[in-house]
Amino acid sequence: MNWFAHYFPNVVTMKADFVTATGETLYMVAITAIVAGVIGMAMGITLVVTAPGGILANRLVYNLLDKLVNLFRSIPFVILLAVIAPVTRLIVGTAIGTTAAIVPLIVGAAPFYARQVQNALVEVDRGIIEAAQAVGSGPVALVFRVYLRESCSELIRVSVVTLISIIDLTAMAGAVGGGGLGNLAIIIGYDRFETDVTVMALIIILALVFLVQMIGDWLARRTNHA
Amino acid sequence: MKLDAMIKLQHVDVTFNQQHRTVKAVRDVSLTVNRGDIYGIVGYSGAGKSTLVRVINRLQEPTAGQVEVNGQNMLALTNKQLRHARTKIGMIFQHFNLMNQRTIADNVAYPLKGSGLDKAAREAKVAHLLELVGLADQAQGYPAQLSGGQKQRVAIARALANDPEVLISDEATSALDPKTTGAILALLKELNEQLGVTIVLITHEMDAVKEICNKVAVMEDGQIIERGSLLQIFSQPKQPLTKDFINTSTQVNQAIEKISQQALTLSDTQRLIHLEYVGTAADAPLITELYKRYGVVSNILYGNVEILQGTPLGNLIVVMTGDQANLDDALNYCQQQQIHVSPVKLKQEVAQ
Repeated sequence: MNWFAHYFPNVVTMKADFVTATGETLYMVAITAIVAGVIGMAMGITLVVTAPGGILANRLVYNLLDKLVNLFRSIPFVILLAVIAPVTRLIVGTAIGTTAAIVPLIVGAAPFYARQVQNALVEVDRGIIEAAQAVGSGPVALVFRVYLRESCSELIRVSVVTLISIIDLTAMAGAVGGGGLGNLAIIIGYDRFETDVTVMALIIILALVFLVQMIGDWLARRTNHA
Repeated sequence: MKLDAMIKLQHVDVTFNQQHRTVKAVRDVSLTVNRGDIYGIVGYSGAGKSTLVRVINRLQEPTAGQVEVNGQNMLALTNKQLRHARTKIGMIFQHFNLMNQRTIADNVAYPLKGSGLDKAAREAKVAHLLELVGLADQAQGYPAQLSGGQKQRVAIARALANDPEVLISDEATSALDPKTTGAILALLKELNEQLGVTIVLITHEMDAVKEICNKVAVMEDGQIIERGSLLQIFSQPKQPLTKDFINTSTQVNQAIEKISQQALTLSDTQRLIHLEYVGTAADAPLITELYKRYGVVSNILYGNVEILQGTPLGNLIVVMTGDQANLDDALNYCQQQQIHVSPVKLKQEVAQ
């Protein structure tokens, strides 16, 4: 371990901090993924079924949701963090800390995921939907037994993209007081000129990203029979 | 005795409102399909065939008109009733529309959920259906592993899952090669005979109609321009479009084109004639009679006999040689024998 102490002098003394920070990052990613996943999935499905020519076409709902997603996708995340601080305070009680960071993370990630889900679902051939309608399937069956089932592999793929994007966002949230590896990299590593801390935080984040990508790709391949 | 009319469309209109114009895809179409019919609807793409048949199971809502299937007013149904009614109207498509992520067996089982059958009964039914279409050994495979013809067989099994009374075939053979087309048509015919399922078959190929249909309607520009029994339509087509479809199918069109290319020159004592005959007229030794009675020599350039629903239908293109009076007498004689006579116009003449 000599070379490690040589190249990472500050990291060696901060083992506990790294464990905590990694835990915080995983916590933020997990909660955000679950909540934004559910919200984004619901929004994505709604976009597809209410779109013109969709199985429950509804111009008003579609346009409203479409504009809303566009709006939130346009706000840079750093600014979003600041802008929704009052809302965060209202929900969590504070605008600072790991749990508080989850609110803007969800608001940032859900519309992104919604668009990804929408793109995955519209890939399902219109003819397949028609064939299911022809045998008597209603909207619920069409969503759960056709749309989601047929695009399963594609959904896994876009979920991976979203998950990686959430990991990216947590690092940014960390920089403004959210804790986690981003916090460690900027507040300790960058501000105190302890570059080895920044590099170590980066290595852990990259490892997380690669792991997610690998597992995701494998699952997507396995579930695709087309 | 059950109701004879299985499908009854009355004065159906379908109008699409596009941004700058309205398109009348179906215009005032009335059509009755009887129980057990294999009813062919022929027309070029864009004629409104697909839109029309989608009105039957309300995949397409009609703008106006009445739709009855098996005595049930389809337009009066609630959403739930409509979904149930649709289980009794099977449908197959040009591009098969199978679910790629489900196994063959799962595709066929798809319509059975909610049918009240338990798991074992569903599995038995799927096995039986796959047996029926000749794909029992492929049950656990995925659609991507099948050929076009096999995919269409799976689609047929799926369409039959809920024992429908009607099967709608929307260009189901148009993406298949001729041999596979023949096999799929034979399967449809078999299902019609064995299960008594009424079939509506849309196509742009008269050959498919000729193969299995007992009745035909010809569509153009959103309207049915001609309809009747298969034999009627083939032996006495009235509309130019119908004639065109039939002459393409019997290859008379192609024959005339070839004859035209050979720069055939006819003298005053020769005439190029197209003879069409149906049923018993086909049995008489016509060519010999013409020579014996009038001294007219007939040189056959093209001949074709189709057997439609057990009745022969013949087409001959001949050059008749003889003097003018005899030729006229010979043609009169043909007409007396219930043979349809028409002079053939070569393509160059048409062009001039």
